[in-house]
Amino acid sequence: MSQTTPAPHGTGGASAFDGQPPAAPAGDSLTRDAWRRLKQNRAAMCSLVVMAVIVLACLIGPWLTPFELDEVDWNAIGTGPDLASGHVFGTDVNGRDLLTRTLHGGQISLSVALVATFVSLVIGVLYGAVSGYFGGRTDNLMMRFVDIMYSLPFMFLVILLMVVFGRNIFLIYAAIGAVEWLDMSRIVRGQVLALKKREFVEAAHALGVRDLQVVTRHLIPNALGPVIVYVTLTVPKVILLESFLSFLGLGVQEPLTSWGVLISEGKDMMETAPWMLLVPSAFLAATLFCLNFLGDGLRDALDPKTR
Amino acid sequence: MSPTSPMQCAASLSAGLLLSVLPLSLGASGSAMAAESTSQSEQILRIANGAEPGSLDPQQTNGTWETRITRDLFEPLIAYSADGKLIPGLAERWESSADGVSWTFHLREGLEWSDGTPLTAEDAVFALRRLLTPATAAHNATLYYPIVNTRAVNTGALAPEQLGVAAPDAQTLTITLSHPSATLEQTLAMSEAAPLPRHVITANGADWTRPANMVTSGAFVLNEWTPQSHITLTPNARYHAADTVALDEVVYLPIEESHAALNRFRASEVEIAYGVPASHYTWIQDNLAAALHTYPILGEYFYVFNLREGSPVADQRIRRALNLATRREVITERILGMGQIPSWHFVPRALGEHQGARFDFADWSMDRRMAKARELMADAGYGPETPLELTLRYNTLEDHKKIAVALGAMWKPLGVKVTLTNTEAAVHYRDLALGDFEVGRYGMIATIADAYDFLNAFSSDNTSNAPGLSSPTYDALIEAAAREGDVGTRQRQLHDAEQYLLDNDVVLPLYDYVTSSLVDPAISGWAPNALDVHPSRYLQLDTSH
Amino acid sequence: MLSYTLKRLLQAIPTLLVVITLSFFLMRVAPGGPFDGERRLPPEIEQNLRAAYHLDEPLPMQYLRYLGDLVQGDLGPSFKYKDFDVSELISQGFPASLELGMWAILAALLIGVPLGVIAAIRRNSTADYVVMSTALAGIAVPNFVIAPLLALVFGVLLGWLPAGGWNGGAWQNLLLPVVALSIQQIAYIARMMRASMIEVLGSHYIRTARAKGLSEWKVILRHALRPAMLPVVSYLGPAIAGIITGSVVIEQIFGIPGIGRYFVQGALNRDYTLVMGTVVFYGALILLLNLIVDLLYSMLDPQIRYDD
Repeated sequence: MSQTTPAPHGTGGASAFDGQPPAAPAGDSLTRDAWRRLKQNRAAMCSLVVMAVIVLACLIGPWLTPFELDEVDWNAIGTGPDLASGHVFGTDVNGRDLLTRTLHGGQISLSVALVATFVSLVIGVLYGAVSGYFGGRTDNLMMRFVDIMYSLPFMFLVILLMVVFGRNIFLIYAAIGAVEWLDMSRIVRGQVLALKKREFVEAAHALGVRDLQVVTRHLIPNALGPVIVYVTLTVPKVILLESFLSFLGLGVQEPLTSWGVLISEGKDMMETAPWMLLVPSAFLAATLFCLNFLGDGLRDALDPKTR
Repeated sequence: MSPTSPMQCAASLSAGLLLSVLPLSLGASGSAMAAESTSQSEQILRIANGAEPGSLDPQQTNGTWETRITRDLFEPLIAYSADGKLIPGLAERWESSADGVSWTFHLREGLEWSDGTPLTAEDAVFALRRLLTPATAAHNATLYYPIVNTRAVNTGALAPEQLGVAAPDAQTLTITLSHPSATLEQTLAMSEAAPLPRHVITANGADWTRPANMVTSGAFVLNEWTPQSHITLTPNARYHAADTVALDEVVYLPIEESHAALNRFRASEVEIAYGVPASHYTWIQDNLAAALHTYPILGEYFYVFNLREGSPVADQRIRRALNLATRREVITERILGMGQIPSWHFVPRALGEHQGARFDFADWSMDRRMAKARELMADAGYGPETPLELTLRYNTLEDHKKIAVALGAMWKPLGVKVTLTNTEAAVHYRDLALGDFEVGRYGMIATIADAYDFLNAFSSDNTSNAPGLSSPTYDALIEAAAREGDVGTRQRQLHDAEQYLLDNDVVLPLYDYVTSSLVDPAISGWAPNALDVHPSRYLQLDTSH
Repeated sequence: MLSYTLKRLLQAIPTLLVVITLSFFLMRVAPGGPFDGERRLPPEIEQNLRAAYHLDEPLPMQYLRYLGDLVQGDLGPSFKYKDFDVSELISQGFPASLELGMWAILAALLIGVPLGVIAAIRRNSTADYVVMSTALAGIAVPNFVIAPLLALVFGVLLGWLPAGGWNGGAWQNLLLPVVALSIQQIAYIARMMRASMIEVLGSHYIRTARAKGLSEWKVILRHALRPAMLPVVSYLGPAIAGIITGSVVIEQIFGIPGIGRYFVQGALNRDYTLVMGTVVFYGALILLLNLIVDLLYSMLDPQIRYDD
């Protein structure tokens, strides 16, 4: 049977034979327990460190490099990595330092990924859980709404947002979040549909637990496994979706850039100037690998069944 | 619930799907073998054409990727030779009256449409009337204005029958002009002016361009048309010069990505690729030198300034400063590097006979230019301490972005803070025409080799007048040139008009367009020319490998 | 089950109507129109053109006109590709996108599911890390990089396969695009399968099955696989819709005459009729696929019911 709170560990619990109710367990809270288990997962810990390095580099790096984001070096247009010129990773087609732009781009990509994923997570999970739990007509209506949202032409949605809100980076977050929560809600709904027939839910009903609590404290935590994994899959989707929008002129405007935009520019030079592709791709790939191992580690750590 | 387990259910579902698509792929691969193999003796030419045509009705086509095809299908009265010179087309000779307003065209003897129906001057009259009817919404209607009543017909004030064209007999076409025109021949050589099969169009209406219905006068007929996939042409046995046509088949492939086109060319899957990716240009020069042809075409890449009141660049000193500070050679050589020609003028030099105007500072040293630019900016009240905020607009394309970024960097020392904005082409040009911009990118490619085509865009009554130029002097020059019959006088007027644009910094010209094409060295009969016309009737594949 | 299906199919009509209505008005709000281009037409001509396409009528009237045509199966002519009706463009382009998409999904399932299962069984072992890392390559490298890379290496440099083109769907032309498209999906499916499988393998009824003495493989295939597929199936519904309506990137790079480009180009060109046509088509597809997914849920987990 699944549980949501761990059985008390260790010493300190008085026996019921004392004639007194057992003292509150001095055991671990959910998060401390999960953290402890995460620490034991070497891949996850390694990923955490690398992720931290990348984030730090993107936040502080731009101040440390000798070049500006939009500084054109007329003597080094489209040149390769060259320590002498100071362009450690080379320059882009306009002669701007690639490392600087990649770090700046990381700020955009990571923040868009963070916000959009968070939005999709919160909205998607709640929506899907509620829809799956209540079922029947509620579920039907909620899911038809999701179907409608899927069918709307995304590009026009973005254009409309642009008309209303002007060019704004938060606009990108909003547009992407608006699209991504749909998948999340469907996945969570599916999980909840299966879970709500389980015994622990019946038990919770029998105990008189309110619907909201059943959803938030019992169903969602048990559905978290695939959700966490899907979150790690959402991040790359979001990053690339942002690059698609920017390329069409609907997203980030020059001189700001993002990893997706840099990769898109670099792919044209794959054969002739490979560093333009490799540098931002390496950052993106590293981030995604780390997120995935972290995600798996988190999933393992939070899994109620494997305690 | 049925007793079959879900696994069986899923298995049968996927099997069903598989079975439905399998025959498609297996069957197709059989025919694919036949289609794909370039048999040794057959001359099949495959062309990477850049984009899917919006239509194969010559009167609905605008871009080179479309007119390439329609020119193979329909021959105008006047045609082009392989190297871009005007030669007789369906008309074997023509003459004008001494005052230049009456033109007579004599069609060749025994002309036939591809279905055997005789081709007469009536078809030419029909075509011109149809072109200039308001419903056709011809983009180049102004080019026909010299013909009597064109403007009135085109705006619906008069019936198409009132157009100054007539067919006194089956072999003769007369065109009456309201004033002499230096460009009539070039205009009639456009594929949109070609005679059309009246019998087929009246019978089939909008469907007349389908392969089953279409009937042509040119070297080829339309064999197959699968949108986004391919357009196949085969020789027209009834073409008046059919025995000079060497190709057995021409396949146009709408490949949009220039990288993809290059890949296909390198893999020998196409013999001609129009358009070459900038990123690979140097590589191509090194590795495919024999196939690369770079040549100037009748196009200009420039930025326009918004001259209207309230615009930050309404002050000419600022505009001149920006023009001075722009290093065109850096853009053409280092940013683009595909042989573009830096421009100190507005009308591209490829026009040839046009007496070019020029910026007066074209020969100054860079130091002198920057000094003057700073001085002008200071006069206008701007400098690095008091920056001028400017928005640069361009339509979404990688190359446009590169150039816009470079411009911003070049203007920075003057104290100009540039914000870049890009939008899709439709929105971009609409906003420019409405005056909703400060500095905006523009590109113009002429349809005929005439400076007027470039210059009349800035007359005050033109809806494409993006800068919002409103100058009686300029309008007078353009008006006069429109009506002038004497070539020398007209050239001088156009030269003065161009010089006016430059002296008043209406535009920021960057470079004359060049285009690059990859042509398999085994092809003969292909010659670069400024109009970028390469009719397939002249092409031949040397299949002896 | 049958009544449920019928009910859903009936509900599809009003749902689709909402989609059409929202999309219609959403599209018109966007600045720019189908006639905006480099050379502007004289105002009288543009006026004529707009009138010919009924663009000068009040918007609600245009909407009703569109609905009227739609009910008769007429999606209208495309603004950009003037010689073709939208229904022709879609019906000619869809088979290519469908074929490409189906092969990609099939490959993704046939490879992704077993990979995920293996990784779950051998959890946290070297095999797990190797399998997952390989799968991750599909996510870490965007498909607009993989596709040109494949075309370059196998099409141009090695010359083993065509660098592009459709050729009626010959397998040589299908192979590279299918690989490019499926690599990403394999990664998604493998990862979700793994996570889901781990969950299921830890559940009590699996322990029961093991306690009954069934072999490990029987346990996995007969008892664990079905419920573990749930999240994968949830993901697949819209994913399939997206894939079989074409990937713009793959189609452009390999020159495949599918309908993927219409979704993007239609919007960029403000080709109103084409956009509406794709919306109707895609909407119907989504509704159908999500219905199939919901039906599959109850097959995968008998406890799932749709009682009202």
